Amino acid sequence: MTTQTADRVMAGGAEATATEPIDVNDPSLSRFDLVREGMRRDGVEIVYYEPRFPVPGTKEEKRIVRFIAFCFLMTGVASLAFLAAFIWWPWEYEPGANINKWYTPVLGITMGVALLGIGVGLTVWAKKLLPDEVVVQERHDGPSPDDERKITGATLLHIGEETGLARRPLLKGALTLGLAPVGLMAAAPLVGGLIQRPGDLLVTTGWGPGVRLVHEDGTPVRPEDVSVGGQITVFPGVPGGTRGATAGDSATLLIHLRPEDAEETRRNALPINRGAQWGNFVAYSKICTHAGCPASLYEQQSNRLLCPCHQSQFLITDNARPVFGPAARRLPQLPIEVDEEGFFVAKSDYLTPVGPSFWERE
Amino acid sequence: MSTRRRFNPRQLPANAAGAIDDRFQVASPLRNVLNKVFPDHWSFLLGEIALFSFIVLLLTGTFLTLFFDPSMEEVTYNGSYTPLQGVEMSRAYASSLDISFDVRGGLIMRQMHHWAALLFMASLIVHMFRVFFTGAFRKPRELNWVIGITLFALGLFEGLFGYSLPDDGLSGTGMRVTFALIQSIPIIGSWLAISLAGGEFPGTLLIPRLYIAHVLLIPGLILALIAVHVGLVFKQKHTQWPGPGRTEHNVVGYRMFPNYVSKQISFFMIVFAVTALLGGLFQINPIWLFGPYNPAVVSAASQPDWYAMFLDGLVRIFPAWETRFLGYTISPLFWAGIVGMGLIITLAAIYPFLEARFTKDKAHHNLLERPRDNPNRTALGAMAITFYMVLLLSGVNDVIAERFNISLNAMTWAGRIGLLLLPPLAYYITHRICLGLQQHDREVLVHGVETGIIRRLPDGRFEEVHQPLGPVDEHGHGQLEYAGWAVPKKMNRLGALGAAVKGFFVPIEGPTPDGKGAPQAEQVEAGQKREEVTTGR
Ligand code: HEM
Ligand code: FES
Repeated sequence: MTTQTADRVMAGGAEATATEPIDVNDPSLSRFDLVREGMRRDGVEIVYYEPRFPVPGTKEEKRIVRFIAFCFLMTGVASLAFLAAFIWWPWEYEPGANINKWYTPVLGITMGVALLGIGVGLTVWAKKLLPDEVVVQERHDGPSPDDERKITGATLLHIGEETGLARRPLLKGALTLGLAPVGLMAAAPLVGGLIQRPGDLLVTTGWGPGVRLVHEDGTPVRPEDVSVGGQITVFPGVPGGTRGATAGDSATLLIHLRPEDAEETRRNALPINRGAQWGNFVAYSKICTHAGCPASLYEQQSNRLLCPCHQSQFLITDNARPVFGPAARRLPQLPIEVDEEGFFVAKSDYLTPVGPSFWERE
Repeated sequence: MSTRRRFNPRQLPANAAGAIDDRFQVASPLRNVLNKVFPDHWSFLLGEIALFSFIVLLLTGTFLTLFFDPSMEEVTYNGSYTPLQGVEMSRAYASSLDISFDVRGGLIMRQMHHWAALLFMASLIVHMFRVFFTGAFRKPRELNWVIGITLFALGLFEGLFGYSLPDDGLSGTGMRVTFALIQSIPIIGSWLAISLAGGEFPGTLLIPRLYIAHVLLIPGLILALIAVHVGLVFKQKHTQWPGPGRTEHNVVGYRMFPNYVSKQISFFMIVFAVTALLGGLFQINPIWLFGPYNPAVVSAASQPDWYAMFLDGLVRIFPAWETRFLGYTISPLFWAGIVGMGLIITLAAIYPFLEARFTKDKAHHNLLERPRDNPNRTALGAMAITFYMVLLLSGVNDVIAERFNISLNAMTWAGRIGLLLLPPLAYYITHRICLGLQQHDREVLVHGVETGIIRRLPDGRFEEVHQPLGPVDEHGHGQLEYAGWAVPKKMNRLGALGAAVKGFFVPIEGPTPDGKGAPQAEQVEAGQKREEVTTGR
């Protein structure tokens, strides 16, 4: 098919841009003349326009065409490879190092190469084969013409006048009083359905008088389970106490202090924490008072408990006082003792709310 | 029957086009779109990366919804990942494991989704920088800037909610902190937190609610905002750099079809390919290693995705200032997390209005400014980036402390002090650099390009020969005005040493094939109704 394309168009030359309308039915016009007329009508001016290969079929052109074709064919090959791998490559998980582990990488490579083929091919096409051009289009931004603004403004005001709202105060009032509740009605189900009274939820935990301290697997904890200087995480021995929806705030750290540290802790105990300690054992809430992460890194040497989320540090031997970082409150202490059977139990729930601060908190 | 009309397949497109125009009258609007002119510069592609990675997110995300189950019901895992078999977990976590191990091609989709999210946020931020530092947000484009900031905030929450969905050991931590943040709001905090989560943390409703926000509400909003955003770029036409022939009232570039559109499609394919390669080759968020979420356990170095890290950093270095009065409490979390984040985002959103107010600039701007040409803005931007970087690094301060054996407490203090000292320093330095660069441009305009040729004067002194850029006055000084655009500083950029490099980073300003000089330059002389080229200030 022979298309008469434009030859090089340079600015300044008489033929650069037709400024005069042309008769589009003139049979002597080339297709490019029509294109240019379209641009004229759209406010686009050609400053510079040049086919990349004025002489068709040069070596260079052929080389580029071959490269683009190669890219597209590579896309085809890679897509088929993707399909083949998707279907036949063993993909199920098997422990250990094996070829199945390559399933995902192979999919990624084949898909990536396939898409890159299109991407690179098209880019080269656009950059090397499409004509080189510089065109200029007028912007028509800024406000609308003054008269247009005036007319539209008048129309709007006129519509307002037609409704007669200004003249009929009764309607105005009725509209406000009648329609405002519709908004409330629309909001009601959402708010009413979602809203929930916090009640005691943020204040109480799963602990209470006589509740056993249990391991994560539910077995009760005896003093012998924790070596001197060691610590374990314990949960309330109640249904749902160790996992799931309600276990969020009950996790507690049970620490077996060295004798001298235990002594110091007892001496430091605030009034509220008196009697909470059992022998050399103390139990503190594990829920950080900053933002609620489990404060779980216990440094035996310094008796500090570090929260890994934002590095608050709590001094265990002094009522778990925050000594560094963004936390501002002590970790609440759980009063504990040992029952007749020799298992740890809580004497009561925490005496202050565990976890992050909130408005109503004390 | 020779009178019957033959079916001519080559006539088909024309017939179809005719039929469409009969009904919808599209000929001139269509041609208008085909002929629409776009300016060309690599930095204009950054927004496109965000757009394309969002499309990848929609595609991969839809795939994931087919298999993911947001239920918090406790189940015993019996999928094919042996190390976790028999473990109690939520159905959400179990179905995420299934996507990774028991759905053919599921893992690559999960990983592509996560990588695309990172790419989305990264390109959003870089795009935002380009818009900021070039002044593209000025009138008439303020609304698009505000939409952009909204997109950033929405993207942040979309990502946070997204990585909370699998309910693995890491993800619950992010939600735990988010819950605490909401809980810290004065007066309504505990009501809001409990109501949103449907009870105590973690509860059974939180993840199903995050799910519907993540797959419907937020993406719907983002999609709508992107549509308006791109629609406005189309309507208002793209900004352009100053340069020969470019004024406030025109767009110089190439047409939408075929040039711009082919480049767009190819760029989309490349972005898509990059996410495919990342998703296939680089493991991300290996949830099976973290185990099910357990509110009693957290690993050290648990961090949010990097785009939320600046908030984490702010929360980390904020001092423990808790206010208690009349039996009520305001937690430091409130100041750092809620007020801090709110301020950062609000300030960013209203920046265009602040700048217009302080500079008393009410004009329309379609020509961009080079960063050096507006030293105050550039320095403010550098200040903001420094602020952001200090927060970001503070968000990983425990990792840094461990790697480099620094005490954690020192890192926290470095963050606190750095946050106050470094941004003003960045302002000062950047301001100086901008002025220096401007100065150099002006020198070249006056004295010409350094040629590297040393000449000995009759009196024995040596001097370097300068090539003036244009006609000179009686003192030998160039008379070109400072135009706020690149000034050639090497001889080959003048075409004097062979072809100038023409490529990705250098816009169309090389010499023409016949060596007659840059075509646009000619056009300036021939221009009839063109204005002088200025920075538009
Ligand atoms: C979902 C995320 C986003 C997408 C998909 C997106 C897409 C785009 C695209 C395709 C363009 C045109 C090309 C360009 O200048 O890069 C654009 C322009 C623009 N974007 Fe965004 N963008 C996003 C976010 C943002 C953000 C975060 C900001 C700033 C806070 C922003 C502000 C702007 C402005 C002011 C323009 C007009 C620029 C001009 O005409 O020079 N966008 N955006
Ligand atoms: S949650 Fe413990 S320091 Fe923030």
